[in-house]
Amino acid sequence: MRRVVITGAGSVNPLGANVADTWAAMQAGVCGIGPLTCRDVERLSVQVGAEIRGFAPENHFAKSKLALLDRFSQIALCAAREAVLQSGLVITDSLGLRAGVILGTAGGGNITVDENYRAVYEEGKNRVHPFVVPRLMHNAATSHLAMEFGLRGASFTVSTACASSNHAMGQAFQLLRAGAADVMLAGGSESMLCFGGIKAWEGLRVMARDTCRPFSRDRSGMVQGEGGAVFVFETLEHAKARGAEILAEVAGFGMSSDARDIVMPDLDGPVRAMRAALDDAGLPPEAVDYVNAHGTGTAANDRTEAQALHVVLGAKAGEVPVSSTKSMHGHLIGGTSAVELLACLMAIRESVIAPTVNHREPDPEILLDVVPNTARRARVDVAMSNAFAFGGLNATLVLKRWA
Amino acid sequence: MGLDTMQGNNLIAERVMRIIAEQALMEPSELYPEQRLVDLGIDSLGLVECIFSIEEAFGITVPFNANTPDQPGFDISSVGAIIAEVEKLVARQAA
Repeated sequence: MRRVVITGAGSVNPLGANVADTWAAMQAGVCGIGPLTCRDVERLSVQVGAEIRGFAPENHFAKSKLALLDRFSQIALCAAREAVLQSGLVITDSLGLRAGVILGTAGGGNITVDENYRAVYEEGKNRVHPFVVPRLMHNAATSHLAMEFGLRGASFTVSTACASSNHAMGQAFQLLRAGAADVMLAGGSESMLCFGGIKAWEGLRVMARDTCRPFSRDRSGMVQGEGGAVFVFETLEHAKARGAEILAEVAGFGMSSDARDIVMPDLDGPVRAMRAALDDAGLPPEAVDYVNAHGTGTAANDRTEAQALHVVLGAKAGEVPVSSTKSMHGHLIGGTSAVELLACLMAIRESVIAPTVNHREPDPEILLDVVPNTARRARVDVAMSNAFAFGGLNATLVLKRWA
Repeated sequence: MGLDTMQGNNLIAERVMRIIAEQALMEPSELYPEQRLVDLGIDSLGLVECIFSIEEAFGITVPFNANTPDQPGFDISSVGAIIAEVEKLVARQAA
């Protein structure tokens, strides 16, 4: 089977509108969570979130084009531009036929849905803009990337709630490995910090009112954010042939389904996903130098994930750095694991492990090194990134240093 | 406590019991105050649904977060405890 490497990365998220700013913020332990500014925020009981600040879409897109772009597509396009630029890839007609894009999103054009429901239900309008459907569809971002870069091979969108991006990147990895493409753009984005998007999550009663404190004994739930990341994945052969700089190798991918509960996490499913990813990478558990946890900051997830890591990593589980960067960028739902892979890439490239910020007190049920509050310098050769979705759908990716 | 309030509270208890019984797929007459929700087969999702129904029925906001097990704002330890909390919230709303 062919080997797969990453040759480009791009991101727009609450910590920064590019990779360099995001890494700087992760290394400084910046928390991007703050007061929400969406319309009717006073009617929400959850009033904090991780919004992207200082992102002006009109600086990136012509007005005529913007009419077609929900915010989740804007984020994906800007991230993809950065990733493709870094990769130095020139997508010719013939390469385009061997190139595709797979993105994850949970809510698709959620803001477009929210705005237009408001128009017809609240404002009583009987007409909506003609582009509502092409803006809101879950595959909109994928199609816009395909059009902008001329990617005419295998392309689709994956929607598995909070694991969407890991599933999307895993699919891209498998397609490349199997020989179905030479280059894939992969990642995901999410933008549902609108009244309806937040109100729906509020209903579940798992949201923190102040901030996100993963693994901290006093954690009180998750905090939503918006953003995403896109990577250039390509076969090692293709990257070498064009003399591309290789950022890391995508070494393994594993998935599983709990098949138990629609919201409560399970121990067995995550254990099997992590083991499958390590088996796929041909690596023993001892090889893992860093884990980017799913780490939502809910009581149930963090406890179960810690148990699962103990099962998978064995006696040394307590010594492996495990951090949740959701404490900084918030839970980007379908886009979250793409930004979290960026933290894994940073650990390998920059030898800095991103911290779990807002951590106040160890939880006696969580015996992990959660890298509390301050980033840590460490050599990381193998990084594992977890995503465990509502609905019990789990996906784990393993990255490896390219030596 | 006056007779009117007593009757008001009985009505509250009845409605709360009906909501909990519906979640537990039982008759309200089968419930008693000492029962814990977990013993009635109500899981965390069922509890969230109960809270939602209570809020809708009484027009109140229940301070409930599924992440804080000891629920400092709202005692959910038993059927009776929940009824008492709802009575307090309704009284505060009326005041």
